[in-house]
Amino acid sequence: MLLSVNNLSVSRGGVSLFKGLNFTLSSGQFISLTGGNGTGKTTLLRSIAGLQPIDEGEILIETDNFIFAGDSNGIKTSLTVSENLRFWSAIFGEKEFEEALEVFHLTKFENRFAGKLSAGQKRRLSLARLMLADKGIWLLDEPTVSLDKKSMEEFSKILKNHLKAGGAAVVATHTDLGLKTHSSNINIEDYRTKSGNLNASAGAFL
Amino acid sequence: MIALLQRDLLLAVRAGGGFGLGVAFFLIVVVLVPLGIGPDMVILSKVSVGVLWVGALLACVLSLDRIFSLDYDDGTLELLLTSPIPLEAVVTIKAFSHWITTGLPLVVVSPILGLLLGLQVSDLKWVVISLLIGTPALSAIGAFGASLTVGIRRGGLLLSLLVLPLYVPTLIFGANVASKGLEDVSNNGALLILTAVTLAAFSILPFASAFVLRINLR
Repeated sequence: MLLSVNNLSVSRGGVSLFKGLNFTLSSGQFISLTGGNGTGKTTLLRSIAGLQPIDEGEILIETDNFIFAGDSNGIKTSLTVSENLRFWSAIFGEKEFEEALEVFHLTKFENRFAGKLSAGQKRRLSLARLMLADKGIWLLDEPTVSLDKKSMEEFSKILKNHLKAGGAAVVATHTDLGLKTHSSNINIEDYRTKSGNLNASAGAFL
Repeated sequence: MIALLQRDLLLAVRAGGGFGLGVAFFLIVVVLVPLGIGPDMVILSKVSVGVLWVGALLACVLSLDRIFSLDYDDGTLELLLTSPIPLEAVVTIKAFSHWITTGLPLVVVSPILGLLLGLQVSDLKWVVISLLIGTPALSAIGAFGASLTVGIRRGGLLLSLLVLPLYVPTLIFGANVASKGLEDVSNNGALLILTAVTLAAFSILPFASAFVLRINLR
């Protein structure tokens, strides 16, 4: 088992988002997180990544066996595509970046400044970072935002290959990534607290 | 960690992140002083150490908010926090990178500006030594201030208000090292305290900055 979440309660900005959340994640398993805006999908991912404190319960995870990709791309627009990836490759110190360039079809843009890429290309560059680290768990927040249909299908294949290789993923997404086997869904709204319901709905309009 | 330093230096060169900006500001401040108090070289040489130190301090403050804000805005800081590098090391490297792009150029141009303010060539070494030892502390203290204001829109003024009082010990002992050196009086005590301030700033403040950043990134 790579990840175990037991009786988890988390709040954000003083508002309780969800309570009593339990799930486990094993090798080869994919969990999609769904739910309306402001229900706590991102907060759950951030809690698992250690960025957000929890109120109750426990999260059991090997701290050096996950990689987190948030809703921001985390790329430097004044660096080239290859410079961006070379930096993260050096930070993780596990894999070279050339394969990631190829897999995400970024080779022809490798000397282009990231600021000159389209939104979808920037997202692909951001996701290419996942391949630079040899981590078991991918924690992804809306990874397919800005991706076209073809890029989305290709990302789905990359995710499948990761799962086949013994990895696992928890992904907040509204898109069907076509991962039928070993996949499960957690609708965060099922764990929402009453106060969280009211405030999350109000927050969604802000 | 070397990759982070290399990246920050590259960004500073490419995106106007500090190289040249601080030096230009330093130069303007030093050139404006004789215009304000007159061209009397005796008076200028008397105030030169203070002018150089205050100029260096203000030039340093100018680029402090860039230490973390750019990485915060594009999401890189969050990714660095979940990366294998300890956040304390990230803070130390970013403070050191700030010193290379801001403090070190000030040290390099300070002899020229010292001559403009009427200092003798033989006196310049103490100005350079005091700035060389003291300016790293300005970057480490500044990084702590920047971590407190990260995420605050237009937090630059607040950052200056927070950081400038924290610069007082560095300013006092830095200027003291230089002025005593110019008077040929022993400045060993001030030199040791200035060194201690810099070492303490780089060994303690990265932990405080990392603690504050973790809270601000929640």
